[in-house]
Amino acid sequence: MIVPIEHYLILSALLFAIGAGGVIISRNLIIIFMSIELMLNAANLSIIAFSLMHNLMDGHVLVFIVMTVAAAEAAVGLAIIIMVYRKRDTINADKFNLMKR
Amino acid sequence: MLLDTVIFYICAIFAVGGAVMMILQRNPVASVMFMIVSLIAQAVLYVQLSALFVGALLIIVYAGAILVLFLFVIMLLNLRGERFEEERPKLGLTTKYGLAIIFFFEIVIIIKQTVFTGSISQSPITVASDFGNVKPVAELLFTKYLFPFELTSILLLVAIVGAVLMAKKENNDKGEQI
Repeated sequence: MIVPIEHYLILSALLFAIGAGGVIISRNLIIIFMSIELMLNAANLSIIAFSLMHNLMDGHVLVFIVMTVAAAEAAVGLAIIIMVYRKRDTINADKFNLMKR
Repeated sequence: MLLDTVIFYICAIFAVGGAVMMILQRNPVASVMFMIVSLIAQAVLYVQLSALFVGALLIIVYAGAILVLFLFVIMLLNLRGERFEEERPKLGLTTKYGLAIIFFFEIVIIIKQTVFTGSISQSPITVASDFGNVKPVAELLFTKYLFPFELTSILLLVAIVGAVLMAKKENNDKGEQI
Protein backbone atom coordinates (compact mmCIF):
# COMPACT_ATOMS: atom_id res chain seq x y z
CA MET A 1 0.00 0.00 0.00
CA ILE A 2 1.77 3.10 -1.19
CA VAL A 3 -0.82 5.60 -0.04
CA PRO A 4 -0.82 5.40 3.78
CA ILE A 5 -3.89 3.88 5.33
CA GLU A 6 -4.73 7.04 7.26
CA HIS A 7 -5.62 8.75 4.00
CA TYR A 8 -8.16 6.08 3.16
CA LEU A 9 -9.57 6.26 6.67
CA ILE A 10 -9.90 10.03 6.54
CA LEU A 11 -11.57 9.84 3.13
CA SER A 12 -13.92 7.26 4.59
CA ALA A 13 -14.65 9.54 7.56
CA LEU A 14 -15.31 12.43 5.19
CA LEU A 15 -17.77 10.40 3.14
CA PHE A 16 -19.46 9.18 6.30
CA ALA A 17 -19.77 12.74 7.62
CA ILE A 18 -21.22 13.89 4.29
CA GLY A 19 -23.75 11.08 4.49
CA ALA A 20 -24.66 11.97 8.07
CA GLY A 21 -24.94 15.62 7.07
CA GLY A 22 -27.23 14.63 4.23
CA VAL A 23 -29.50 12.79 6.62
CA ILE A 24 -29.64 15.87 8.85
CA ILE A 25 -29.93 18.53 6.16
CA SER A 26 -32.08 17.06 3.45
CA ARG A 27 -35.87 16.91 3.62
CA ASN A 28 -36.36 14.74 0.58
CA LEU A 29 -36.86 11.15 1.72
CA ILE A 30 -35.11 9.76 -1.38
CA ILE A 31 -31.99 11.85 -0.76
CA ILE A 32 -32.04 10.78 2.89
CA PHE A 33 -32.04 7.15 1.77
CA MET A 34 -29.18 7.76 -0.63
CA SER A 35 -27.21 9.38 2.18
CA ILE A 36 -27.67 6.24 4.23
CA GLU A 37 -26.30 4.21 1.32
CA LEU A 38 -23.35 6.58 1.20
CA MET A 39 -22.65 6.00 4.88
CA LEU A 40 -22.67 2.23 4.32
CA ASN A 41 -20.22 2.71 1.45
CA ALA A 42 -17.91 4.82 3.57
CA ALA A 43 -17.78 2.05 6.17
CA ASN A 44 -17.05 -0.43 3.37
CA LEU A 45 -14.09 1.65 2.18
CA SER A 46 -12.43 1.55 5.58
CA ILE A 47 -13.11 -2.19 5.87
CA ILE A 48 -11.36 -2.76 2.53
CA ALA A 49 -8.41 -0.61 3.61
CA PHE A 50 -8.02 -2.54 6.86
CA SER A 51 -8.37 -5.78 4.95
CA LEU A 52 -5.37 -4.95 2.79
CA MET A 53 -3.45 -3.64 5.81
CA HIS A 54 -3.82 -6.95 7.63
CA ASN A 55 -3.42 -9.00 4.45
CA LEU A 56 -6.66 -10.89 5.13
CA MET A 57 -9.51 -11.36 2.71
CA ASP A 58 -12.18 -11.79 5.38
CA GLY A 59 -13.00 -8.12 5.07
CA HIS A 60 -14.08 -8.63 1.49
CA VAL A 61 -16.67 -11.14 2.65
CA LEU A 62 -17.91 -8.64 5.22
CA VAL A 63 -18.21 -5.97 2.52
CA PHE A 64 -20.13 -8.43 0.36
CA ILE A 65 -22.61 -9.01 3.18
CA VAL A 66 -22.92 -5.29 3.89
CA MET A 67 -23.76 -4.73 0.22
CA THR A 68 -26.50 -7.34 0.46
CA VAL A 69 -27.90 -5.62 3.52
CA ALA A 70 -27.79 -2.30 1.65
CA ALA A 71 -29.71 -3.80 -1.26
CA ALA A 72 -32.36 -5.26 1.04
CA GLU A 73 -32.60 -1.98 2.93
CA ALA A 74 -33.02 -0.02 -0.30
CA ALA A 75 -35.79 -2.31 -1.51
CA VAL A 76 -37.75 -2.12 1.75
CA GLY A 77 -37.08 1.59 2.20
CA LEU A 78 -38.26 2.46 -1.29
CA ALA A 79 -41.39 0.37 -0.71
CA ILE A 80 -42.01 2.42 2.43
CA ILE A 81 -41.50 5.63 0.43
CA ILE A 82 -44.01 4.52 -2.18
CA MET A 83 -46.55 3.59 0.49
CA VAL A 84 -46.10 6.89 2.31
CA TYR A 85 -46.41 8.84 -0.94
CA ARG A 86 -49.64 7.04 -1.74
CA LYS A 87 -51.12 7.94 1.62
CA ARG A 88 -49.84 11.50 2.04
CA ASP A 89 -49.00 12.72 -1.48
CA THR A 90 -45.63 14.04 -0.38
CA ILE A 91 -42.16 12.78 0.48
CA ASN A 92 -41.12 15.83 2.45
CA ALA A 93 -39.75 14.44 5.70
CA ASP A 94 -40.90 17.50 7.67
CA LYS A 95 -44.53 16.69 6.90
CA PHE A 96 -44.40 13.37 8.71
CA ASN A 97 -44.95 14.59 12.25
CA LEU A 98 -47.79 12.40 13.45
CA MET A 99 -45.69 10.98 16.27
CA LYS A 100 -44.71 14.47 17.46
CA ARG A 101 -48.22 15.76 17.96
CA MET B 1 5.04 5.67 -6.46
CA LEU B 2 3.68 8.98 -7.53
CA LEU B 3 1.02 7.53 -9.81
CA ASP B 4 -0.81 5.78 -6.98
CA THR B 5 -0.98 8.98 -4.97
CA VAL B 6 -2.26 10.94 -7.95
CA ILE B 7 -4.95 8.34 -8.66
CA PHE B 8 -5.92 8.31 -5.00
CA TYR B 9 -6.36 12.07 -4.83
CA ILE B 10 -8.26 12.32 -8.12
CA CYS B 11 -10.65 9.57 -7.01
CA ALA B 12 -11.00 11.08 -3.56
CA ILE B 13 -11.93 14.44 -5.07
CA PHE B 14 -14.51 12.80 -7.33
CA ALA B 15 -15.95 10.70 -4.49
CA VAL B 16 -16.28 13.62 -2.08
CA GLY B 17 -17.43 16.08 -4.75
CA GLY B 18 -20.06 13.68 -6.02
CA ALA B 19 -21.29 13.06 -2.50
CA VAL B 20 -21.54 16.78 -1.70
CA MET B 21 -23.35 17.52 -4.95
CA MET B 22 -25.64 14.58 -4.25
CA ILE B 23 -26.79 16.17 -1.01
CA LEU B 24 -27.13 19.69 -2.36
CA GLN B 25 -29.15 18.91 -5.48
CA ARG B 26 -32.81 19.87 -5.53
CA ASN B 27 -33.64 17.51 -8.37
CA PRO B 28 -33.54 13.86 -7.19
CA VAL B 29 -32.57 12.54 -10.64
CA ALA B 30 -29.45 14.72 -10.71
CA SER B 31 -28.79 13.59 -7.16
CA VAL B 32 -28.78 9.95 -8.28
CA MET B 33 -26.39 10.79 -11.12
CA PHE B 34 -23.91 12.45 -8.73
CA MET B 35 -24.18 9.44 -6.44
CA ILE B 36 -23.16 7.24 -9.38
CA VAL B 37 -20.10 9.48 -9.99
CA SER B 38 -19.14 9.11 -6.34
CA LEU B 39 -19.63 5.33 -6.44
CA ILE B 40 -17.48 4.87 -9.54
CA ALA B 41 -14.68 6.84 -7.91
CA GLN B 42 -15.01 4.64 -4.82
CA ALA B 43 -14.86 1.54 -7.00
CA VAL B 44 -11.55 2.74 -8.45
CA LEU B 45 -10.28 3.15 -4.89
CA TYR B 46 -11.35 -0.43 -4.11
CA VAL B 47 -9.39 -1.67 -7.12
CA GLN B 48 -6.42 0.36 -5.94
CA LEU B 49 -6.68 -1.46 -2.62
CA SER B 50 -6.49 -4.69 -4.69
CA ALA B 51 -10.11 -5.62 -4.02
CA LEU B 52 -11.04 -6.39 -7.60
CA PHE B 53 -14.07 -8.55 -6.91
CA VAL B 54 -15.66 -6.16 -4.47
CA GLY B 55 -14.92 -3.19 -6.70
CA ALA B 56 -16.68 -4.85 -9.62
CA LEU B 57 -19.52 -5.77 -7.29
CA LEU B 58 -19.83 -2.16 -6.18
CA ILE B 59 -20.45 -1.00 -9.72
CA ILE B 60 -22.72 -3.89 -10.63
CA VAL B 61 -24.82 -3.95 -7.48
CA TYR B 62 -24.88 -0.27 -6.52
CA ALA B 63 -24.68 1.64 -9.77
CA GLY B 64 -26.39 -1.09 -11.73
CA ALA B 65 -29.16 -2.20 -9.42
CA ILE B 66 -29.76 -0.07 -6.35
CA LEU B 67 -29.48 3.35 -7.96
CA VAL B 68 -31.57 2.22 -10.93
CA LEU B 69 -34.18 1.20 -8.35
CA PHE B 70 -33.99 4.72 -6.93
CA LEU B 71 -34.46 6.12 -10.43
CA PHE B 72 -37.49 3.89 -10.96
CA VAL B 73 -39.07 5.12 -7.76
CA ILE B 74 -38.36 8.78 -8.62
CA MET B 75 -39.98 8.33 -12.00
CA LEU B 76 -42.89 6.47 -10.43
CA LEU B 77 -43.61 9.13 -7.82
CA ASN B 78 -43.61 12.02 -10.32
CA LEU B 79 -42.28 14.58 -7.85
CA ARG B 80 -42.34 17.51 -10.25
CA GLY B 81 -43.49 20.64 -8.49
CA GLU B 82 -42.88 19.37 -4.98
CA ARG B 83 -41.02 21.95 -2.95
CA PHE B 84 -38.92 21.11 0.06
CA GLU B 85 -38.03 24.42 1.64
CA GLU B 86 -41.18 26.46 2.00
CA GLU B 87 -41.34 26.31 5.77
CA ARG B 88 -38.87 27.73 8.20
CA PRO B 89 -36.82 24.91 9.63
CA LYS B 90 -36.55 24.57 13.37
CA LEU B 91 -32.79 24.12 13.25
CA GLY B 92 -30.85 26.65 11.23
CA LEU B 93 -28.84 25.48 8.27
CA THR B 94 -25.56 26.55 9.87
CA THR B 95 -26.35 24.38 12.89
CA LYS B 96 -26.88 21.39 10.64
CA TYR B 97 -23.69 21.91 8.63
CA GLY B 98 -21.86 22.58 11.89
CA LEU B 99 -23.04 19.29 13.33
CA ALA B 100 -21.78 17.38 10.28
CA ILE B 101 -18.40 19.16 10.39
CA ILE B 102 -17.99 18.54 14.12
CA PHE B 103 -18.83 14.89 13.51
CA PHE B 104 -16.16 14.66 10.81
CA PHE B 105 -13.47 16.18 13.01
CA GLU B 106 -14.37 13.83 15.84
CA ILE B 107 -13.68 10.85 13.59
CA VAL B 108 -10.46 12.43 12.31
CA ILE B 109 -9.22 12.97 15.87
CA ILE B 110 -9.97 9.33 16.67
CA ILE B 111 -8.07 8.19 13.57
CA LYS B 112 -5.12 10.42 14.37
CA GLN B 113 -4.92 9.15 17.92
CA THR B 114 -4.97 5.54 16.85
CA VAL B 115 -1.49 4.09 16.72
CA PHE B 116 -1.01 1.83 13.74
CA THR B 117 1.62 -0.54 14.96
CA GLY B 118 4.94 -0.58 13.22
CA SER B 119 5.47 0.29 9.62
CA ILE B 120 2.49 -1.69 8.37
CA SER B 121 0.70 1.43 7.24
CA GLN B 122 3.68 2.95 5.49
CA SER B 123 5.72 0.32 3.77
CA PRO B 124 4.37 -1.42 0.68
CA ILE B 125 3.31 -4.75 2.08
CA THR B 126 3.57 -7.74 -0.17
CA VAL B 127 0.26 -9.39 -0.90
CA ALA B 128 -0.44 -12.50 -2.92
CA SER B 129 -0.89 -11.83 -6.60
CA ASP B 130 -4.48 -13.06 -6.53
CA PHE B 131 -5.43 -11.08 -3.41
CA GLY B 132 -9.03 -10.00 -3.77
CA ASN B 133 -9.71 -11.86 -6.99
CA VAL B 134 -12.92 -13.78 -7.47
CA LYS B 135 -11.56 -17.22 -6.68
CA PRO B 136 -9.98 -16.64 -3.22
CA VAL B 137 -12.91 -14.55 -2.05
CA ALA B 138 -15.35 -17.19 -3.27
CA GLU B 139 -13.38 -19.92 -1.51
CA LEU B 140 -13.62 -17.95 1.71
CA LEU B 141 -17.30 -17.29 1.10
CA PHE B 142 -18.21 -20.92 0.52
CA THR B 143 -16.06 -22.52 3.21
CA LYS B 144 -15.39 -20.37 6.24
CA TYR B 145 -18.36 -18.04 5.89
CA LEU B 146 -20.89 -20.44 4.41
CA PHE B 147 -23.46 -19.94 7.15
CA PRO B 148 -23.54 -16.11 6.98
CA PHE B 149 -23.71 -16.42 3.20
CA GLU B 150 -26.78 -18.62 3.46
CA LEU B 151 -28.33 -16.23 5.98
CA THR B 152 -27.89 -13.51 3.35
CA SER B 153 -30.25 -15.36 1.05
CA ILE B 154 -32.88 -15.48 3.78
CA LEU B 155 -32.40 -11.74 4.30
CA LEU B 156 -33.00 -11.10 0.62
CA LEU B 157 -36.11 -13.29 0.69
CA VAL B 158 -37.48 -11.35 3.66
CA ALA B 159 -36.72 -8.09 1.88
CA ILE B 160 -38.56 -9.22 -1.25
CA VAL B 161 -41.62 -10.30 0.72
CA GLY B 162 -41.60 -7.11 2.78
CA ALA B 163 -41.24 -4.85 -0.26
CA VAL B 164 -44.07 -6.60 -2.11
CA LEU B 165 -46.34 -6.51 0.94
CA MET B 166 -45.74 -2.82 1.58
CA ALA B 167 -45.85 -1.54 -1.98
CA LYS B 168 -48.97 -3.51 -2.89
CA LYS B 169 -52.08 -1.49 -3.53
CA GLU B 170 -54.62 -1.66 -0.75
CA ASN B 171 -58.30 -2.08 -1.37
CA ASN B 172 -59.62 0.36 1.22
CA ASP B 173 -57.62 3.45 0.49
CA LYS B 174 -59.93 5.82 2.33
CA GLY B 175 -59.35 4.02 5.62
CA GLU B 176 -57.09 5.18 8.41
CA GLN B 177 -54.50 7.82 7.70
CA ILE B 178 -50.88 7.15 8.43
